[in-house]
Amino acid sequence: MSLILTEEQEMLQDAANGFLTENAPVAAFREVRDSKNPDGFCRDLWKEMADMGWAGIIVDEEFGGSEFGYVGAGVLAEQMGRNLTASPFFSTSVLGATAVQRYGTAKQKEQHLGSICDGSTLFALAVDEGPRHRPEHVEFAATPHGNGYKLSGAKTFVADGHVADKLIIAARTSGEANDPSGITLFLVDADAEEIDRAHTPMIDSRNAANIKVDGLEVTGDDILGEVDKGYEALEGILSAGRAVLGAEMSGSSQQAFAITTDYLKEREQFGQKIGSFQGLQHRAAHLATEIEMTKSAVLKSLQLLDDDFESASATCSMAKAKSGMTAQLSTQEAIQMHGGIGVTDEYDVGLYFKRVHVAQQMFGDAGFHADRLAKRSGY
Amino acid sequence: MSDLEQFRAETRAWLAENCPEEMRDGDITAENQCWGGRQWEFQSDAQKRWFEAALAMGYTVPTWPEEYGGAGLSADEAKILTEERDRINARKPLSNFGISMLGPALLAFGTHEQKLMHLGAIARGEIRWCQGYSEPGAGSDLASLKTKCEDKGDHWLINGQKIWTSNADISDWIFCLVRTDFDAPKHKGITFILMDMASEGISVKPIILISGHSPFCETFFDDVKVPKAYGDDNLSVVGEVNRGWDVAKNLLVHERGMLGTMSPLRGATGPENLGGYAAGEIGVDATGRLDDPSLRQKIAQAEIDDWAYNLTVERMNDEANAGNGLGAKSSMLKYAASELTKKGSQLRMDIGGTGAATIGPDGIEYGSLANTWLYNRAYSILGGTTEVQLNIISKRVLELPSA
Repeated sequence: MSLILTEEQEMLQDAANGFLTENAPVAAFREVRDSKNPDGFCRDLWKEMADMGWAGIIVDEEFGGSEFGYVGAGVLAEQMGRNLTASPFFSTSVLGATAVQRYGTAKQKEQHLGSICDGSTLFALAVDEGPRHRPEHVEFAATPHGNGYKLSGAKTFVADGHVADKLIIAARTSGEANDPSGITLFLVDADAEEIDRAHTPMIDSRNAANIKVDGLEVTGDDILGEVDKGYEALEGILSAGRAVLGAEMSGSSQQAFAITTDYLKEREQFGQKIGSFQGLQHRAAHLATEIEMTKSAVLKSLQLLDDDFESASATCSMAKAKSGMTAQLSTQEAIQMHGGIGVTDEYDVGLYFKRVHVAQQMFGDAGFHADRLAKRSGY
Repeated sequence: MSDLEQFRAETRAWLAENCPEEMRDGDITAENQCWGGRQWEFQSDAQKRWFEAALAMGYTVPTWPEEYGGAGLSADEAKILTEERDRINARKPLSNFGISMLGPALLAFGTHEQKLMHLGAIARGEIRWCQGYSEPGAGSDLASLKTKCEDKGDHWLINGQKIWTSNADISDWIFCLVRTDFDAPKHKGITFILMDMASEGISVKPIILISGHSPFCETFFDDVKVPKAYGDDNLSVVGEVNRGWDVAKNLLVHERGMLGTMSPLRGATGPENLGGYAAGEIGVDATGRLDDPSLRQKIAQAEIDDWAYNLTVERMNDEANAGNGLGAKSSMLKYAASELTKKGSQLRMDIGGTGAATIGPDGIEYGSLANTWLYNRAYSILGGTTEVQLNIISKRVLELPSA
């Protein structure tokens, strides 16, 4: 397989670029932020995205999806990263759709995939229980109760948690707190009485919630995947999430860099364009190189998810690490090279800096993934 | 079965039959590769058999036209051949500067007669070429070169000196940049000329580097006569007189492309995975982590960078095959590869501790860790320094303004 987009994927890219720059540019994101929109995104915009087939981008056609695979999802995420588009796309169409399509029963697929595709049901993945990503650390308890379980515990930083209609919760059915085995995934209604959701406003102005569950009764039908083997499913869902976050960060890196190089070509100091200073040129050239490396890493991980999903975990991890490092550098340099206006709220580069930081932390930063790679390679 | 699938099946079968087991170690280094040339002696029977089998198919230069010794493969076919060769970890049957640098320049700028005279000899491994670009006073500012070339009617007369001529002492011919016009702006008075190293007046002196060894030489030209014509044709000058810079620029792109295609971390440190090597040397703690957290983090980061770099080479090749040429982006590959190469060697030395800093009774042993580490410092200097690559990226890729 060639490491380039197919004609079809390129068309999707053009369409996404056209639609988002027209309908969801950074200015639209500012409006959502400044109006203190309680959803954190524009529901009309989400409806339009769903109508174009984006909400069901990875879902098979038989369930109403557009079956563009993870490369398709990455192509969209990259353009969203360029425009800082806020929407339920990531939590619902990547995490939720992956969870149901890959690990759901026939009945669960029938029940949920259609409403993912038409944008009417929003999902969120509740995995972490502290400020840093540690997916195997699950204390959230699922204790046997009657024919099913009773769920009790707390989850932190659940992206889109306060708007979600459905929650996918990683809970412990056996084993110790740090044991990858003994974790089970439950798919539950988010508006149950026993669930308390506290909106946690984030620095990137996106949505997240801290969630507390107190004695929610569930049955075997609410289990997603296999009992005690939820970590494997979680790993698959997180891998897809990491690759798509990588694509989003790659888009943000590219756009922050494009804004910056434009500025280097315009801004004059000491009687010349600041882009003529070698001190800035070499940093820009280094960053341009890192951005190219990142594009390759991200595309490879997305292709592998489509090609051989089960084997993609390590690759998605490395793509997340590489794209995170590059995005951090790109947005840091964007601020620094802009000088004073770079640190104003009025100017866009700061918004990229903030979004990229949250995306870096989500599902593991570069250090987390470097550690995983080392462990996997025996050192 | 499509034509390409058919080609893959045939290629796989051909490789299975013709590539000797000993040539399937994939480990091409300057020491064990097949260079060819007048002085060449095969290092093993397997190396000879592999070379001859490839030659019969035109696979020493697979994409060159058949009339010039190649197999005339399309880009897609060539990619399949490379993939199939990599699949069994086969070495390249022949590799040298004639194949990677002069050949592509001749294909782009040479006359039919020049191609006939030189390309076949390169493909057959008969002539080994070296490159005469840098001069003591012209390093990064290559276009300021001063080696003088005068028109003497039936011949050119060359006087001057080149430096960093890799393997000049064992090469047969040299492609050289010389100054034919001292009055023109510096880029406009340069000519690209081909010379037989056996010509009277050429002398060569090897240069010893900090690594204790080196393929580099100084090459001196004292009243060297280069015949203008072999028969009726002027075969010595490639492209037009005073327009050699155009040829050189094109060729530098090939050189950067070549320097950019080595897998840097492995190339610098041997076939073994760097982390595995570190675990063996340093040991791991109770959680299985390398017993040096700082090194562990650096190694993992370098492996991620190396992985992304290799994918970028693959992606840029695929883009080129799809019609989007690499252009000045080759400087990104050259920059990234040379920095990673140095990083890999440095990490390996750091893993080895003082043990890796010992030398033999006769000095730094050839092929030792220290030897490689020291030699690799040159990667970000040769073929255009890292700083020159960053200048090129700034100007030609990013189009940032000039001072």
